[in-house]
Amino acid sequence: MKSPLREVLSGFVSLLTGMRITLQQFFRKPVTVHYPHQTLPIPKRYRGHVVLLRDPESGQALCIACKACQKACPSDCIAVDGIKREGERRKSVTEFKLDFTKCSLCGSCVEVCPVDALEFSRAYNLASTRREAFHQIDLVRRPGASQQ
Amino acid sequence: MLLEKTQIAETGPEGQEMFVLNLGPQHPATHGVLRVKLTMDGEYILHAEPVPGYIHRMHEKMGENRTYAQFLPNTSRIDYLSAMHYTHAFVGAVERAAGIQVPRRTEFVRVLTSELNRIASHLVWFGAFLLDLGGFTPLLYAFDDREQIMDLLEGLCGARLTYCYYRFGGLYNDVDDEFIEGTRAFVAYMRPRLELYRKLVTDNIILRKRLEGIGPIDANLCRQYGATGPVIRGAGVPYDVRRAEPYSIYPELDFEIVVFPQTDCMARYQVRMAELEQSLGIIEQVLDRLPAGPFQAKVPRVIKLPPGDTCYAVEAARGRFMVRIVSDGREIPYRVKLRTPSFANLALFEEATRGMMLPDALAVMGSLDLVIPDIDR
Amino acid sequence: MPEPFRLLVYLGGIMAFVGLNAAYLVWVERKAAARFQRRPGPTEVGPAGLLQPLADAIKLLSKQVLVPPEADRLLFRLAPAVVMAPALMCLAVLPFSERLGARDVPLGLVLVFAFGSIHVLALMVAGWASRNKYSIISAARVVSQNVAYEIPLLLVVITVLMMTGTTSLREIVDGQAGAFWHWNLFNLKVNPLMPVTFVIFFICLLAEMNRAPFDMAEAESELVAGAFTEYAGMSFGVFFMAEYANIVVGCALATILFLGGWHSPVGLLPGLGWFLLKLYALIFVVVWVRWTFPRTQFYRLLNLSWKILIPISMFTLVLTSVMMKLF
Repeated sequence: MKSPLREVLSGFVSLLTGMRITLQQFFRKPVTVHYPHQTLPIPKRYRGHVVLLRDPESGQALCIACKACQKACPSDCIAVDGIKREGERRKSVTEFKLDFTKCSLCGSCVEVCPVDALEFSRAYNLASTRREAFHQIDLVRRPGASQQ
Repeated sequence: MLLEKTQIAETGPEGQEMFVLNLGPQHPATHGVLRVKLTMDGEYILHAEPVPGYIHRMHEKMGENRTYAQFLPNTSRIDYLSAMHYTHAFVGAVERAAGIQVPRRTEFVRVLTSELNRIASHLVWFGAFLLDLGGFTPLLYAFDDREQIMDLLEGLCGARLTYCYYRFGGLYNDVDDEFIEGTRAFVAYMRPRLELYRKLVTDNIILRKRLEGIGPIDANLCRQYGATGPVIRGAGVPYDVRRAEPYSIYPELDFEIVVFPQTDCMARYQVRMAELEQSLGIIEQVLDRLPAGPFQAKVPRVIKLPPGDTCYAVEAARGRFMVRIVSDGREIPYRVKLRTPSFANLALFEEATRGMMLPDALAVMGSLDLVIPDIDR
Repeated sequence: MPEPFRLLVYLGGIMAFVGLNAAYLVWVERKAAARFQRRPGPTEVGPAGLLQPLADAIKLLSKQVLVPPEADRLLFRLAPAVVMAPALMCLAVLPFSERLGARDVPLGLVLVFAFGSIHVLALMVAGWASRNKYSIISAARVVSQNVAYEIPLLLVVITVLMMTGTTSLREIVDGQAGAFWHWNLFNLKVNPLMPVTFVIFFICLLAEMNRAPFDMAEAESELVAGAFTEYAGMSFGVFFMAEYANIVVGCALATILFLGGWHSPVGLLPGLGWFLLKLYALIFVVVWVRWTFPRTQFYRLLNLSWKILIPISMFTLVLTSVMMKLF
């Protein structure tokens, strides 16, 4: 007789404890960041799509078209081409196409580049109505700003 | 909102009217695409046949066509909720085969991030399990906590879910003070939250009545099907890969293997909640003892493993995950075998749910913590 | 005012009240649920999301009402109409303040419970007419759940009846005039376990209204989508509105029977405002309970009623009669 009654009472008390907790949470501010009215700061190391780094004085891309990134990429996203111009020690890049529809943001290309010409951008809100915006992004033509 | 349709009714061996019901492949809760064909007699399940394969992405085949470094992103995506563990297993297998010595600091950071990932995975399980049972609110509290972990890991390596952070012989980048401070703050924040979950959910009489005594899965059944992780620890067997096949620096860390002998859904639930506590303890120890030093060993540019095969097992959030690499000396493996815990855990679903009522079977499925991409790879 | 004209005005008023409540209780529920879950809730449509119910109504109206081919034509269309009717009829006899009440019938209490059971009938008709195996099973479950919880509910009401000695709702409220210790809830002289009785009443009310944690009928339930699977568009909207209308009726009844109706807690300035305040406080508790707990299993639901609530309510009934006889 005693035990079922005690169980009912302790069960009821557990329900009240639970209700008290949700009520406490009720009076706290919401944790939601109401995008797009509010945004969060993007961390330094965030992995947006890769961009070519440029020489600060000449504005030319550091890439030497060695195709190391093209070989390292698991998903065949990169197509690089370059020519050796007169009077230059190394090749310079003429074409650098990134197929962002297949990129898995693994960082192999960034890591393997011998001249550190690639880095992740912080572009997180990419949206477009055209496939060309992602399908073959021409990184040579893009400004390549690393802080976005 | 018809998620399922009935099919022809037949008569069973004892003359009861049977019909086949489809559970899935789409589910109301966050289970993933698993189809279960239930042969039912009224409300009771006579036979439950899981039909996996809806998210088979051929990771093992991709392993045969990519170099070792190129396969790294795949490892995060096998079970995306506990991605760090899976990358650890693959990287560990390659290091074991190639004889690469990993710096101490790297080992500590790997354990730190793996345990954070384990907490995040268990929080998802917690929310989804309660969603299945009809309690909508704890899901959001769990995801709030998980956001903090994901923000920490995002600040560390740039990705929130599919990290691809470990490399052969080291890490992609070193941890910074911001990450360490943030993790300490997180541990201090999380302990009271576990207390909140205990009062709101674990002690709740409705939940206890829903889970106690339901879905007994005893140690024999686990052994027959190879179920590991919280499933077997909820059956009373203290089997944990971190102690049974020690790897990384786990032998130096002080943590308990949490075991509950009752074998019901409540036991498995309590194992996971206690594991959250244990993981927090491990993280604190690692933070206190993190050595300075290099984070990346010197490894050849192109990794070629000597011919032969190597295995490496880890305790992922769901159980024992093992990678077996068979190499023929080239830079591309001959075979990459992924032994995933959810596949074995799912296998005992059929036997465990014979004769059960449907809501109880769903509670059992939730307590097994199945992640379908893990089953299908 | 001539009587038929007054009744028509009240009818219009009640329908407007029910309609507004049904629409805006959706907003209250969504906002309250969001706050319990630390998120903002609807904010985009209108200021603070206040036009969200309007947007939902427009969406529902624009959907095609598909009548399944094997469904029973008449009953399928009849069910949404019947489900709304009992709430409106019950509200006709509930007094909102000293002067507001459509009709004060001497047997008001009995009338409310008589009408209240009809909505279960409507759910059964809906489930049956859908000709969908799972709708029928779900509807049958709803009926057995409601039958099981009617009994402790009525036992509690009989307890109150014995205390107040009248079935007229207006007189019940009049008997609670004064400050809050005159309310039936605190009437411990006659029934020392009165708060327990109130709690039982509230639990039975939750079960009658098919609200969580007793919402097997309508939950995004584990398997079936419930008795209204086959209803789309506005006919589903009507079931939804009827649920909120029933919540209003149930909480209004609880206010009248236990919390003193329109009397203020300090004994001054009684009126409609206090009634509405208490009503919405109880509705907030109903929403609060829904978003805190998981669902029970079906047989435990019935066990709770038959094995726990009925013995306790019978005990309080006997206790009340003993106390009334002896003191």
